[in-house]
Amino acid sequence: MGNQDIWSQIFGFANYGELLFLVRNSIIAGAILGIVGGLIGPFVMTRDLAFAVHGVSELSFAGASAALLFGANVVFGSIAGSLLAALLIGILGSKAKERNSIIAVIMPFGLGLGILFLSLYTGRSANKFGLLTGQIVSVDNPQLAMLIVISVIVILGLLLVWRPLSFASVDADVARAKGLPVTALGIVFMILLGLSTAVSIQIVGALLVLSLLVTPAAAAMRVTASPLLTPLLSVAFAVTSVVGGILLALGGGLPISPYVTTISFLIYVVCRIIGARKVKSGRNGRLLTPTLES
Amino acid sequence: METTIAEPVLSLRSATLAFGDRQLWSNLNLDVRPGEFLAVLGPNGTGKTSLLKTILGQQQLTSGSISLLGKPVGLGTRDIGYIPQQKLLEQGTPLRARDLVAFGANGHRWGLPISSKAVRRKVDEVLEAVGATAYADVPVATLSGGEQQRIRVAQSIAGDPRLLLCDEPLLSLDLNHQRGVSKLINEQRKVLDTAVVFVTHDVNPILGMVDRVLYLAGGRFRIGTPDEVLRSEVLSYMYDTPVEVIRSRGRIVVLGAPEGYGVHDHLEHHVGEKAEV
Repeated sequence: MGNQDIWSQIFGFANYGELLFLVRNSIIAGAILGIVGGLIGPFVMTRDLAFAVHGVSELSFAGASAALLFGANVVFGSIAGSLLAALLIGILGSKAKERNSIIAVIMPFGLGLGILFLSLYTGRSANKFGLLTGQIVSVDNPQLAMLIVISVIVILGLLLVWRPLSFASVDADVARAKGLPVTALGIVFMILLGLSTAVSIQIVGALLVLSLLVTPAAAAMRVTASPLLTPLLSVAFAVTSVVGGILLALGGGLPISPYVTTISFLIYVVCRIIGARKVKSGRNGRLLTPTLES
Repeated sequence: METTIAEPVLSLRSATLAFGDRQLWSNLNLDVRPGEFLAVLGPNGTGKTSLLKTILGQQQLTSGSISLLGKPVGLGTRDIGYIPQQKLLEQGTPLRARDLVAFGANGHRWGLPISSKAVRRKVDEVLEAVGATAYADVPVATLSGGEQQRIRVAQSIAGDPRLLLCDEPLLSLDLNHQRGVSKLINEQRKVLDTAVVFVTHDVNPILGMVDRVLYLAGGRFRIGTPDEVLRSEVLSYMYDTPVEVIRSRGRIVVLGAPEGYGVHDHLEHHVGEKAEV
């Protein structure tokens, strides 16, 4: 295979209009997932749960592949796996150190189970690979409806607990002193995170969920500290990555994940550079003529 | 019933706290009234932080009772303003200084972090009061230790608390900031009649403001005005060794107090007290 062939396999735009029509469901699903990932990302960062996302996604993968093997609904299987992992991590791992070891124990177990179920599965092999690395054409109407319903639950849940959850995430001691249910908020957040992971897996695959739930928020936090601008930018970055990734992946017949992860990585790199320049120039909102202090 | 001018904000009755066979304090009776400034003094490991945790409902008394505004303490309340031991915020925290302050006023409210006009005005007001207007819009984690602690004070008073709990708020601040921060806390209690419980290992920055002192050492305690408690014979009795209290130019120096008295190293771990830096 010559270079030319590889290139056209990565970026192919023949019959683009027809393809676009075929994958319209995936584009809608991708945009919604972008919103979910972009909104939950800043909390994943401030609560130091990036590694937990990875752990949850592997158990979610195990659930999804079990469902595939036993002919059950894949999204349900995926949700069952990720909720189980999220709750285990949330309840057992209140301290960062304990949490990391619990995740490190759960993750390979989930991945192993998933591989077992997939090896036993005799159906279409594209389904197998898709759970790990993502897929575009597989989103049918009932599946799309379900993704939308779960995503709406997550988005509404986050909007409802946004302020107390932010308070508890960055300033737990003071929040607790003020009477906030810090522990309960943490559990609620893990449930929302589990649901987000489960829906993300349907599009980008278990291995690459981080690019949707973490990278866009990490990029946004490099360029702003505003509590409103951070989630807005993070959503914009996540939607750009997923929808952009799907559009680029259309022609070549490759999985969408390399496109999604590359776009979100590039956005992160650009934001890091902008953030570093901002720090260097000292533009951080401080008034240069300090007001008189008593 | 004792006759009182104002109902106590905080009230402890025969309060005892022990971890295993180690008793931190026992039979403690204490009323803190609105506008009163109580300093909690004593060496490490004598239960100063545990007392704060008890007031916050995070530590149960071994025996006795504790009530806040006439009700048994629950797990925290909005009537409390809390200034924790200084812990710098994580770099990259997506909050500006004013956002952290706003949490003090409405952090318990559901929904998006969009503050009402009244809260925004209140936040501007307390930021101005602590002299932090110039860096109100700066990412809070990039501020210096002294600046972050000023923001903490602003946050603690933004919710108009009835009781201000301060856990070594002057730690790691230079003298100038120590004076500034304690002055702010003092003004707050005078203007709004807030009761202040101020845990510290050094009474000097707040000596002129303190109404009463609760001194904890060696499983014993003394309550009284600074003049009553901070005396050679009182501390010598508590430390069980000759201790000299010297007053010089408005400062108090305690000489001869055993270093880390009250700390039993092998027990420290079980007690779970935060080590003071």
